[in-house]
Amino acid sequence: MQRRVASGSSEQWVQCQKCKKILFKPDFERALRVCIHCGHHHRLRARERIAITLDPDTFVEQDAELRSDDPLRFPDYPDKLMRAQQTTGEFEAVITGTGKLGGSEVVIGVMDFAFMGGSMGSVVGEKIMRCFLRGADEYLPVILFCASGGARMQEGMLSLMQMAKTTAGVEKLQRAGLPYLAVFTDPTMAGVLASFASLADVIIAEPGALVGFAGQRVAAQASSGKPPTNFQTAEFQTEHGMVDLIVPRAQIRPTLLYLLEMFGGAG
Amino acid sequence: MTIFDFEKPINELESAIQELRQLSAEKGLDRSREIAELETQRERLLKQIFAHLRPWDKVLLARHPKRPYTMDYIRLMCEQFVELHGDRLGFDDPAIVGGLAKLGGYKLVVVGQQKGRDLKERQKRNFAMAKPEGYRKAMRLFQLAEKFRLPVLTLVDTPAADPGVESESRGISEAIARSMLTMFQLTVPTVAVVIGEGGSGGAIALAVANRVLMLEHAIYSVIPPEGCAAIIWRDASRAPEAADALQLTADDALRLGLIDMVISEPLGAAHRDPQTTALSLRSAILQQFHELSALTPEQLYQHRHERFRRMGTFLSTP
Ligand SMILES: [Zn+2]
Repeated sequence: MQRRVASGSSEQWVQCQKCKKILFKPDFERALRVCIHCGHHHRLRARERIAITLDPDTFVEQDAELRSDDPLRFPDYPDKLMRAQQTTGEFEAVITGTGKLGGSEVVIGVMDFAFMGGSMGSVVGEKIMRCFLRGADEYLPVILFCASGGARMQEGMLSLMQMAKTTAGVEKLQRAGLPYLAVFTDPTMAGVLASFASLADVIIAEPGALVGFAGQRVAAQASSGKPPTNFQTAEFQTEHGMVDLIVPRAQIRPTLLYLLEMFGGAG
Repeated sequence: MTIFDFEKPINELESAIQELRQLSAEKGLDRSREIAELETQRERLLKQIFAHLRPWDKVLLARHPKRPYTMDYIRLMCEQFVELHGDRLGFDDPAIVGGLAKLGGYKLVVVGQQKGRDLKERQKRNFAMAKPEGYRKAMRLFQLAEKFRLPVLTLVDTPAADPGVESESRGISEAIARSMLTMFQLTVPTVAVVIGEGGSGGAIALAVANRVLMLEHAIYSVIPPEGCAAIIWRDASRAPEAADALQLTADDALRLGLIDMVISEPLGAAHRDPQTTALSLRSAILQQFHELSALTPEQLYQHRHERFRRMGTFLSTP
């Protein structure tokens, strides 16, 4: 994730991916991987996110036994999956379960962009669906951290159907009257943005996160004018009414707590 | 006029038949035996070619410039139709049409993407790539259907939702998501038919129904084969291979359990005989609504949820 700097005790130093300034690693970690110079929010892995969000040692993972199949016998898909599993140490692109936030039980799901770009195939769709159903059944609020390039091409139409399936989950949770909070992290795109992600009661985004429907080049080609410089950022989406609030990483947990308190789901 | 490679021999025969007909009419010569022979040849050739269509050929057929579009089917199938306009939020998207139709004893709300026949209409319809306002118009009509207990029919035919800056600014993703959500909330019978291109999110936004059908040469895909080829092989020209890999045909969708029925098209595909295609489409739709009429509003809601709940293929390790 961070490029190493070739000098002295290089383990201690990392470079900001945006402003390229050199950062002292312990400081960088303490700042939750936000650059102290430019404020760039570097991507987090799913379990890192869970650790900084929930009350310590309260996370109980669910549905970890689900594994992707290769229903279309798609070129190189099993290899890609195996490589993703080896490099990330995870079995899929979303980690889900229950845990406590400020002492109250919540359902949580965190997508992991490091696993095949956080793409949504059958397993991701099923795990997210089960988050909503668990919320509705156990009368718990649902919090989802999104990080995804979109649907998983390698499962073809089956991936496309996950957009509808996860939307059905939101509908069930809504009907049960329970809060659903989404946090858009870098990047939240395409099939994920155009399904469950955009349907949360309150949408939070991390500063600078890429949030959009199509790839930037496709969007530019399909438009007469030039896209604005902040096109498809969290800030752009907020300006256009698609995101409730942009919250710096360190403030996300307190913001979630406040929202749950307001909705009667915690505290 | 675009003619695809696999259609060339058929079109050559057809022009030959046409020439002979003209010749006999102008010169008063009887060439009926030759014409009949050529027509038999044409029939045989069509059967031969259409027995061996590859997925990529189906992609081309689904995008065929002569293929019947939503309004063609509405005109051919429905006894009456009044189009309704606008999302009541400032826009009316010509890429999505909708309205109130009478079809074989049913009063329906019909919504579908609409392609354009000539260059001018294609631009007006934005190649059936709907903007947020198109999906918001659809949602408004779905809610109208719910209020007045009218069954909903959607006809899906889009390469994709509009990806431009304008659409992004007005929340294309949210509009697609909310269109699906609205369809899940309905307690009236809903039937969706993919009649041409079922292009990813822009298509499924109108296809959350109790019954989902596809015409024989329609496609349904998570990504266009060209885009898929560009990602896997960095070469969009390998789209035919990508079409194989994506399994995007109606038969694939049926085998994967994602649709309920494949509606046969006449020999040579819908554009060679729109009337017959519309008749088959009509009877398939009526059959679905007839079957769904046995369900209560609550059952219709649950049935739709359960239908999509099952979708997906995965393993569960012990
Ligand atoms: Zn920086």
